[in-house]
Amino acid sequence: MGRFHRHDDDTGHGHGHGHGHEHEHDGGHSHEPEADLHGDHSGYATGADRIVVLERIFDENDRRAAENRERLDRAGVLTLNLMSSPGAGKTTVLERTLAAVPDPGRIGIIEGDIETSIDADRLSAVGARVSLLNTANGFGGECHLDAPMVANALDRLDLEGLDLLFVENVGNLVCPAEFDVGAHRSVMVYAITEGEEKPLKYPVMFRAVDAVIVNKMDLLPHLDFDLELFEKNLQTVNPGVETIQVSARTGTGMDAWLAWLRRAER
Amino acid sequence: MHELSLCNSIQQVVNRAAGDRTVTVVHLRLGRLRQVVPDTLRYCWDLVTADSPLAGSELAIESVAVSARCNACAAGTTIADTLVLLCCECGSPDLELLTGEEFLITTLDLADSGADLG
Ligand SMILES: Nc1nc2c(ncn2[C@@H]2O[C@H](COP(=O)(O)OP(=O)(O)O)[C@@H](O)[C@H]2O)c(=O)[nH]1
Ligand SMILES: [Mg+2]
Ligand SMILES: [Zn+2]
Repeated sequence: MGRFHRHDDDTGHGHGHGHGHEHEHDGGHSHEPEADLHGDHSGYATGADRIVVLERIFDENDRRAAENRERLDRAGVLTLNLMSSPGAGKTTVLERTLAAVPDPGRIGIIEGDIETSIDADRLSAVGARVSLLNTANGFGGECHLDAPMVANALDRLDLEGLDLLFVENVGNLVCPAEFDVGAHRSVMVYAITEGEEKPLKYPVMFRAVDAVIVNKMDLLPHLDFDLELFEKNLQTVNPGVETIQVSARTGTGMDAWLAWLRRAER
Repeated sequence: MHELSLCNSIQQVVNRAAGDRTVTVVHLRLGRLRQVVPDTLRYCWDLVTADSPLAGSELAIESVAVSARCNACAAGTTIADTLVLLCCECGSPDLELLTGEEFLITTLDLADSGADLG
C-alpha cells in the first residue's frame, strides 16, 4: 500500500539497523546531538536547556489506523479508501457498484466528503449501510479523514453484518494521501476531465493507490484527453498500478471494476 | 491544507515532552515528500499555540531532500526538486527511498529556567 507503509526516520532506535529498509541520513544532520539518542526507550532525554524528543508526528494516527485495520480484519470486512479530486465521481461509482451487487445491504460506506452532504442519502437510497462523518468535529479535519474519525464512524456500523466497506474520503489530492485510515486498499477515482498531468503534479497521492478508476469515459469524444499520455504519466509515478476505465454515468466498464473488487476480496 | 491538524499533533507531543518547562524552539525534521508547506506550518503554529503556554515559540524546520537508491543501476541518487521519483542516472522508477518521508520532532529548546537557585 505504498505510502501508508511508511517508516519515517528511526534514528531513535539504536537496535533498528540491519533491516533491509532502514533509512540513512543524507549527511545533513551531523549537528544534531546524536550521542543522546541511543538506548533511550522513554523517548525523551533531558539535557540542560534542550530536550531530545524524536517522536514522529504521524505515530498517533498510524497507531489508530492499525487498530481500525485489526478491528476490520476481525470482522472480516474488506475496506477500501476511495480518494479523488472533488467531483471526479466517487459517489456515482459507489451508486453503480451498489446497484450491481446482489446484496447491497452487506456493503458499508463511511461518507466523509463534506463537499456533497447529500451523498449519504444517495447511497442509503440504493441500500448501503452509511455512516456519515461529522468532519466539523476535527480541527482542520475538513481536508482529509484521519484514523480517529474513521474509528468513530466504525462505532456506528454493524461490522458483523458487512462484507465490504468503502471510505469515501474528502475530495482532495494532497492531504488524504498523508493519513492512513486503516483501510486495506486505496483506490483513486480519476475523471478524464482533469487532464493528463495530474499524476505528475500529485505524485504522492497517485503513488499511494492500488488501482485507479478512470471515470467519465463517456465524455472522451468531446475532450482532447490523451489517454495514452495519462497512462504513461501514471505509470511513471506508480509503475504497474492497475487502471480501470469506466463511465459511472452509462455503466460502461463497471464489470471490470467489479471483477477487480472480487479479486481484492480474496 | 492539513497543516492545522498537524500543528495540533505537534502541540500534543511538545506538551507531553516539555511538561511545565517553557519551550522556545521546536525543532522538526521534515521530508519533502510530506508535501507540507513550511511557511504554512509556521503560520498555523502561531494560530494553534496562541493563548497557550507555547505562544511565541518558534518552529525550526529542517527540510530533508528526497534521496533514493536505484534498483536498476545501483546509483545512489538524490532527487531534490521533484516528487516524481525517477533515478537521475538511468531514469528508472524502481527506487528504494532513503530519505524524504521524515516528519518528526527532534528536539525542544527550553527557556532559561531562571529559578536555578544554587
Ligand atoms: N459525464 C459523466 N459525469 C459523471 C460521471 N460520473 C459522475 N459524473 C458526474 O460528476 C459529478 C460529480 O459526481 P460525484 O459522484 O458526486 O463525485 P464525487 O464528488 O467524487 O463523489 C456529478 O454531476 C455526476 O453526475 C461519468 O461517468 N460521466
Ligand atoms: Mg461524493
Ligand atoms: Zn538508476
